[in-house]
Amino acid sequence: MKLEQVIEIVNAKVICGSVKANNIERGFCSDLMSDVLTIDTDKLLIITGLANVQAIRTAEMADVNCILLVRNKKATADMIKVAEENNMIIMETSFSMFHVAGKLYEAGLKPVY
Amino acid sequence: MIKLNYTIEGGDFSRAGYASSQVKKNLKQLGVDQKIIKNIVVALYEAEVNIVAHAQKGNIEVLISPTGVKMIVSDQGPGIVDVGQAMQVGFSTASEKVRQMGFGAGMGLPNIKRNVDRLDIETKVGKGTTLTMIKDF
Ligand SMILES: Nc1ncnc2c1ncn2[C@@H]1O[C@H](COP(=O)(O)OP(=O)(O)O)[C@@H](O)[C@H]1O
Ligand SMILES: [Mg+2]
Repeated sequence: MKLEQVIEIVNAKVICGSVKANNIERGFCSDLMSDVLTIDTDKLLIITGLANVQAIRTAEMADVNCILLVRNKKATADMIKVAEENNMIIMETSFSMFHVAGKLYEAGLKPVY
Repeated sequence: MIKLNYTIEGGDFSRAGYASSQVKKNLKQLGVDQKIIKNIVVALYEAEVNIVAHAQKGNIEVLISPTGVKMIVSDQGPGIVDVGQAMQVGFSTASEKVRQMGFGAGMGLPNIKRNVDRLDIETKVGKGTTLTMIKDF
């Protein structure tokens, strides 16, 4: 799925990073970073309500470059700085995690398991 | 042989992951396989977070040789009373603050074990803990 499509479906705002030509295949929802660190999947979108720098560090270690913040959580300056250093994309949406997961699943985004 | 060294402050979640990030950059530059890098930095990051979450202060030493890495993560802290119990998924003494940071589900040590070829834990209650992790390239 094209990131542009994700943005449209959940009415996301892009906070940093370049969306163009970025594709994702699977989504994973968690506020628990140790859970994210168990996953070994390429082209992953992390959907989380955890708006602190550990979410970005976790994505960095897990080779994930797209993060969608849900429940109207805002990316902090720290998060944006680390994300930019690593060419990551941060997006924000006001929808709940359940809403976002439902909509993206319906549109064809696959689960990790 | 490349030797990297970082000092870690307990409780400082704003910087947790910085050392692991630097190690990742070094390994990338050396052209190490991406999957192996991920194994190494996931293990190191969980260990780094454990210093921040559970100890007062600590140190990370990473030795990179042509055949693999050795990571020695040591801290001055409370130590681990029962290592067998700590290794179990779900066991955690983490504070509410740690959970708010996205950790504290008792998955760190199991995550570390799964990602390295060798893990040794040396710990003394009231003194501190040293993790020695080895991952071959
Ligand atoms: N460096 C450490 N110093 C003291 N206790 C530790 C340390 N690392 C782990 N522990 C203990 O082992 C438990 C399990 O660790 P871990 O699997 O990383 O889970 P978590 O950190 O999420 O609690 C911790 O809750 C803590 O009681
Ligand atoms: Mg831990």
